Amino acid sequence: MSSPLLVLPGRRVLRAGPVSAAIPLRTVAVTLLALAATVAAGVVAVGHGDFPISPETVWQVVTGGGTRIERHILLNLRLPRVLCGLLAGAALAVAGALTQTFARNPLASPDVLGVTYGASVGAVAAIVLGVGLIPIAALAGALLSAAAIYLLAWRQGIDGYRLVLIGLGAGQLLAGITSWLLLRADVADVSRASIWLSGSLAGRDWSHVRPLAVALVVLLPAAVAVSIALRVLQFGDDTARGLGLRLQGAQLAVVVVAAALAAAAVAAAGPIEFVAFVVPQIALRLCGGSRPPLVASAVLGAFLVVGCDLLARIVVAPEELPVGLLTAMVGTPYLLWLLLRRSRRISG
Amino acid sequence: MTAAGTLTRTGRGSRLVGLGALLLLAAVAVLLSLGLGAQALHPAEVWQALVHPDGSDATAVVRELRGPRTVLGVLVGLALGAAGALMQGHTRNPIADPGLLGVSAGASLAVVLAISIFKINDFHGYVWFAFAGALVASVLVFSLGAAGAGGPTPVTLALAGMALSALFASFTSSILINDPDTLSVFRFWVVGSLAGRDYATAWAVLPFIVAGLIVAAINAPALNALGLGEDVARALGQNIVVARTLGVTAIVLLAGAATAAVGPLAFAGLIVPHIARVLTGPDHRWLVPFAALLGVSLVLIADVAGRLIASPAELQTGIVLAFVGAPFFIWLVRRIRMVRL
Repeated sequence: MSSPLLVLPGRRVLRAGPVSAAIPLRTVAVTLLALAATVAAGVVAVGHGDFPISPETVWQVVTGGGTRIERHILLNLRLPRVLCGLLAGAALAVAGALTQTFARNPLASPDVLGVTYGASVGAVAAIVLGVGLIPIAALAGALLSAAAIYLLAWRQGIDGYRLVLIGLGAGQLLAGITSWLLLRADVADVSRASIWLSGSLAGRDWSHVRPLAVALVVLLPAAVAVSIALRVLQFGDDTARGLGLRLQGAQLAVVVVAAALAAAAVAAAGPIEFVAFVVPQIALRLCGGSRPPLVASAVLGAFLVVGCDLLARIVVAPEELPVGLLTAMVGTPYLLWLLLRRSRRISG
Repeated sequence: MTAAGTLTRTGRGSRLVGLGALLLLAAVAVLLSLGLGAQALHPAEVWQALVHPDGSDATAVVRELRGPRTVLGVLVGLALGAAGALMQGHTRNPIADPGLLGVSAGASLAVVLAISIFKINDFHGYVWFAFAGALVASVLVFSLGAAGAGGPTPVTLALAGMALSALFASFTSSILINDPDTLSVFRFWVVGSLAGRDYATAWAVLPFIVAGLIVAAINAPALNALGLGEDVARALGQNIVVARTLGVTAIVLLAGAATAAVGPLAFAGLIVPHIARVLTGPDHRWLVPFAALLGVSLVLIADVAGRLIASPAELQTGIVLAFVGAPFFIWLVRRIRMVRL
């Protein structure tokens, strides 16, 4: 790499003495645009409702001004909901990007780690048995099933292929338990459970946002750190080992970070459908490259969820839909358009 | 091709024995399905009822109650096993199930519409809705997946299938969330069960499953070449687009008919090919029939288990498949080095 004429397509190479770095210009541009769109969607979302608040007032309130009622509506009702969507979307998208790269499978999502299915069993059991504490039940279900799947897949080490297959089997088992619980529940509980199962941000407050924010502060840097190992892992387990990667440690780190991110998001907002699967694929097609970019996925995930929640409050106003129904309705056409426009073969 | 020929010849004897054993297993499963339930019958009584029907209770139980679900179990098992093997062969993806091309999600949406708009309330009434929904959805998936520059590649097909399935599922949920009455009926269809079906349902789907199995048999050899990569397959003289189109046609006919008859039991089509691949290796000429026969045994045994576990009530076939099939699958994946796609 000593050639001074080294040219990387689509990247600007920065040099400072012996240090050099390649900046993927397109990824940076996509990320910045998505960030601007997310902020705009967030401002509109906190302003929209029965009591409309203009963007200037939003700014005044955030900086400490505004009337008492404006402060109450914004800070206690709307901001937690928007932040919850923002953080959950980012967490799910990063978890999806990690899982798809780790499994080398574009159809994979944290579902193969059992997170969503386990969380669903926990939450539906809490609803049907009338225990309450839905977020805690969901978190416990998610983490327990992810741990169980990892342990079941352990046989003198973890093999990505075996982990995916075992996660698949375990996911079906957990989905079966959820159906079984739903068949035995009374109809009112089934309705409540199906709203939770769609993924909804209704009624989310700071008690949902705080744990999720703490989780992201810890886990997002961890995700970027483990993604360095993933760069090698995508060539296959044997090649990665040959290149000097400590395979078991790297795989454990990826699985733990991805499962924890997804679990935190699902506990707060329910299994918002499709974000973990579709956003990494959209980010990959927007940014180019050989694997889904993490930061761009996080920002696009946040944008998708916040934007869809805003739509979910507008389309059937004064009623509202669970945001998880909108993410698929909005995300699908976009993914299909990307697929059609440039049908490149990406094997994940 | 000489090397492939030699390989096949050495394995042919043991594979024929394996096929015979699976046939025997399926026959035993049929006998169990006819004989076991709330009232257990001796195999001799089952035989008597089949060959010399009389007015006895045993005849009524075997021919009228257990007969239809056994016939359906055989048809659905064959269909899902073969469709699963084709699906995973075409996508070269171990987590692709035969419902992936929009079949399960399209059928579900159509059944929800049938319940909520047309107030249809019996399983036979859903058959044509579910089949039409499955067909429309998978035609959409295939046209979108094939419309890109590269034609119908496995990745675009699978992604289009996942995406449209999620889209249909969100329409289904938005209807169900505002309509608890439909939800309370639909939840019993969507788990998948052989119970309460009659011969009319079996006859309705029979032609589609037979046609699907024939197309699957024609398509299976091409998968061996496609498994080497599209470029190699083209060099070996395969017409890729024809092979993919035949495969998708077979999958849609088989999975669509099976879903129409008994609800989404796609999990059977997901695990059966993995078990069959352990027995046959990756040769699809053997894999497809092995998977089909294993599918029969798995579906029938799950159905019988559902009758026995909760006797005199029943546990739905789909739930048993999840409760028993999934742990078995996990055990298998742990025990045996799975044959990769």
